[in-house]
Amino acid sequence: MLLMVSSSDTGHEPPEEDTSSSKSDTSSGTDSGHDTSGDSGQSGTDSGHDTSGDSGQSGTDSGHDTSGDSGQHGTDSGHDSGDGGHGGEPITTLPIVSWKWHHVSTPYLVALWILVSWLCKLIIEANHHVTSVIPESALLICFGFILGGMIWGADKVQTFTLTPTVFFFYLLPQVILDAGYSMPNKLFFSNMGAILVYAVIGTCWNAASLGLSLWGCHMGGAMGDLDIGLLQYLLFGSLIAAVDPVAVIAVFEQVHVNEVLFIMVFGESLLNDGVTVVRICYDAMPTAVCLMSQINAVEIIKGIISFFVVAFGGSLLGFVFGLLISLLTRCTKNIQIIEPGFVFVLGYLAYLTAEMLSLSAILSIVFCGMCCQKYINSNMDESSVTTFIGVFFLTWILNKFRLVPVEFIDQVIMSYGGLRGAVAYGLATMLDGNKIKEKNLMVCTTLIVVYFTVILQGITMKPLVTWLKVKRAAASELTLIEKVQNKVFDHMLVAIEDISGQIGHNYMRDKWNHFEEKWMSRILMKPSARKNRDYVFKVFHKLNLKDAMSYVAEGERRGSLEFVRNETAFVDFKKKFGDEFTEVMPDIMADTSEDHSGMSTMRGDPVPSVSLEMHEQNMNGVRETEDVNSHHLLQQHLYKGRKQHRHRYSRSHFDVNKDENEVQEIFQRTMRSRLESFKSAKMGVAPPKHITKHTKKDQLQKMPNGKSLDKSRSYHSGDEDFEFSEGDSASGFEASGGSFPMRVTYRAGAGIENPAFMPDLDPLAQVQIPPWLAEAELDSSMVAPSQRAQVRLPWTPSNLRRLAPLRISTHSTDSFMLADAPGAQQRDNERLPPPPPPPPPPHRDDDHM
Amino acid sequence: MGSNSSSMNNIPNAEQLVQETGFSAAHILRLYERFQFLDKDDTGQLRPEDFGAVRELAMNPIGDRIISAFFSPGQETLDFASFVRVLAHFRPADSNRTRDGAQPEPANSSMRKLKFAFQLYDQDRDGKISRAELLQVLRAMLGMQVTEEQLQSIAERAIQEADFDQDDAISFDEFRKSLEKVNIDHKMSIRFLS
Repeated sequence: MLLMVSSSDTGHEPPEEDTSSSKSDTSSGTDSGHDTSGDSGQSGTDSGHDTSGDSGQSGTDSGHDTSGDSGQHGTDSGHDSGDGGHGGEPITTLPIVSWKWHHVSTPYLVALWILVSWLCKLIIEANHHVTSVIPESALLICFGFILGGMIWGADKVQTFTLTPTVFFFYLLPQVILDAGYSMPNKLFFSNMGAILVYAVIGTCWNAASLGLSLWGCHMGGAMGDLDIGLLQYLLFGSLIAAVDPVAVIAVFEQVHVNEVLFIMVFGESLLNDGVTVVRICYDAMPTAVCLMSQINAVEIIKGIISFFVVAFGGSLLGFVFGLLISLLTRCTKNIQIIEPGFVFVLGYLAYLTAEMLSLSAILSIVFCGMCCQKYINSNMDESSVTTFIGVFFLTWILNKFRLVPVEFIDQVIMSYGGLRGAVAYGLATMLDGNKIKEKNLMVCTTLIVVYFTVILQGITMKPLVTWLKVKRAAASELTLIEKVQNKVFDHMLVAIEDISGQIGHNYMRDKWNHFEEKWMSRILMKPSARKNRDYVFKVFHKLNLKDAMSYVAEGERRGSLEFVRNETAFVDFKKKFGDEFTEVMPDIMADTSEDHSGMSTMRGDPVPSVSLEMHEQNMNGVRETEDVNSHHLLQQHLYKGRKQHRHRYSRSHFDVNKDENEVQEIFQRTMRSRLESFKSAKMGVAPPKHITKHTKKDQLQKMPNGKSLDKSRSYHSGDEDFEFSEGDSASGFEASGGSFPMRVTYRAGAGIENPAFMPDLDPLAQVQIPPWLAEAELDSSMVAPSQRAQVRLPWTPSNLRRLAPLRISTHSTDSFMLADAPGAQQRDNERLPPPPPPPPPPHRDDDHM
Repeated sequence: MGSNSSSMNNIPNAEQLVQETGFSAAHILRLYERFQFLDKDDTGQLRPEDFGAVRELAMNPIGDRIISAFFSPGQETLDFASFVRVLAHFRPADSNRTRDGAQPEPANSSMRKLKFAFQLYDQDRDGKISRAELLQVLRAMLGMQVTEEQLQSIAERAIQEADFDQDDAISFDEFRKSLEKVNIDHKMSIRFLS
């Protein structure tokens, strides 16, 4: 039984198998069975039962994760002593090549388990039609069964156990942190009252009624002869009553119920999970069992107080840690790699600290995740996910009316969705076998309940949901107008409340937002991140990115070369995407309003030819960025570059829906380089012809110069950008007036004159091939130089780079360039063709600046 | 609110308002108190300036629009009945209320709510949100945070999204369709204290 338990539980939570596998190592020593000399310290911590049979087992853990494992052995008292240490393989090898299995066993098994669990996941993913019927978690349990059975058959021993310590120290924090982090704050808080009611009262009721009814059955003689008292029954009831957040997440996310329902069940599970853990911690204490007989009113009141202290203390602790994380991430602008580490470690610390103070660790980590979510998101990448934290605990706890009453059907689903999972099991195994006689019975019952709920309810959940026509969550994203309108609604409600003198939920939210905007954000966010926080603007940004991607994808589909050559296609394309693409520009070039204001004036220009040229300009920009993105030294060898681009863009196309950041990244780079081209154009220092006359060496010489200048500029730009953006928004129009004519002529030039110097471009480009690019050149010579190639040349980044020192007035662009520069660089590094001949770092660096 | 019945009698057409708007008597009473508070010169009529007493409203980016939404076109004043009628838009929809033929569409139906929202945009009341009108709202709401050009392109986009008949403006039908997925009742309801 226990074997199945353990293996099934490894399979049960897909996201954290890596850690769950670590638990398997605790008793993994059965394979080796030798060299138990050094582990006396560890097995010393075991609680008597284990030591006799399992000394060989725990010995294999030598030195790796000592603290955690010894703790585990201490807690899983006795019942896995089975027939451990069954000999293993004798040492037959030569001393030279010794078989050091025990040396690597722990990491080895970890890796192996990760592999196996991912393979399971892979298999399940491959059979997608199955997962549409049976939830993944149920399938994983089945896999766990099978694998566990195999191991059982092979070893005849319970090799892997899930001990509560591992579960609570390593697995749970991550799941919960993730859950808290991804929790839709606004929804959660606006449904706070209901969630709390369900979580606290509902759970208590469940626990009490379950425990009492079981006890009643026992008293009535229906349960046979068991040594279980009332308290144990109550304990069991509270254990079972907790809805498992892990299971809920796993199942509900696949079912896509509407968000209110989801947040209700999810929030309830999170909160009452904390509740139950707390209560278990208290109840399972031996004193509680001893005191069972003499519980009086004072004790009860104490218990209630301690419950609140524990719960709110945990929340508060989490909040503090969340703020800490936010503060820290504010300072990590230059070392973004460790930012996620900060989040993780501090979240974990919050958990442990709460555990240490015997506060509710789960609550603390949930709140930690929730608090930092907002600020971190905006700190880590420029596109902040602006959620409104509407904290109005008190008003809402007291709030009896709900604006949107929970529908009856939803209630059915909620009651049905009360999945029990690994947490309950972990709690069950955590019970002290000495104090509670029938622990194994409880564990088994818990397991059966877990299986029942996860498998059966999980399977039937989906049909039930469809059958009851629960409002599914609309999977689609909000359109711009919806976002605008939502904002209008918000404002409207606040205004109406003001007018009608009602102080309500919207009022509180408004106040909170005000407060937050004024203080919290200022403290916790990077200044550059604050700028982009606006709701509507953010959506707009996102939509534009999508457009840009579709634009690129479109180009890709047509075959980029052809789409330039083919005039009609080009025009079509312009018509189709031109508008949106111009819109893209203002968005990205938030700081350089002169540029894009020029553009939008152009767009408004009634003379079609001008605007056409403008689009052409855009096209050029895109093509040119393709170059920027690719290996810089290859830029003049267009065909080589071409190939890489194709690869890259097809990749980015796939990423459109998967990784918003990456898409954004690509897009911002695109924009940046276009910006540069515009800038150089505006300064009038970059007549396209110049490029052709500059050799590589020339550029290289100029490189350091430009770089240093950039660096000095970047030094102070972090603080400035906010003011700049404001200034820009104010001065946008005036600036456009000045620069407009110049740019028109310039663009006209770009569009018309490009062909003029094409002839002399081509030979030059070929002459300049550096020796290390000979191979590339060979490759490119297979294809005739296309018109596209020639057109593109004037815009090559080499030109831009050469101009870098001259960009004096570009400080305003630095903000967003800087912000994603490290990320960009990273990407660049990973995307460079395998052997980048001599990739001078200055080049890349400069480009990012 | 100690003198419930006597105050209730002071309110003109109180019974009818209860009938019409679905507010409870307590609601009406409370709103009447509010109305009187706003009505500084005790004329029984509110003027747009009277709303200025609500300080928070000045900070609301679309506050003036909301105020003007209270006043039917051409009218400078607002009596209590109209005040309540406008506020009735924001009552949460009630499911148990029988929809009899006499009141085909209560003010708190989502259609009426939408209509109200629509009129916030449609200042010239021509049944369409033109680009300029949308732009005004956007400008009010986004204000300093984005540049004029960005505003324009946002407006452009928003219109493109919603504009199904390509007339470069959003009619009410288009508006309704574009907001189909939004839970209007949820978004446009406040809890009136009683």
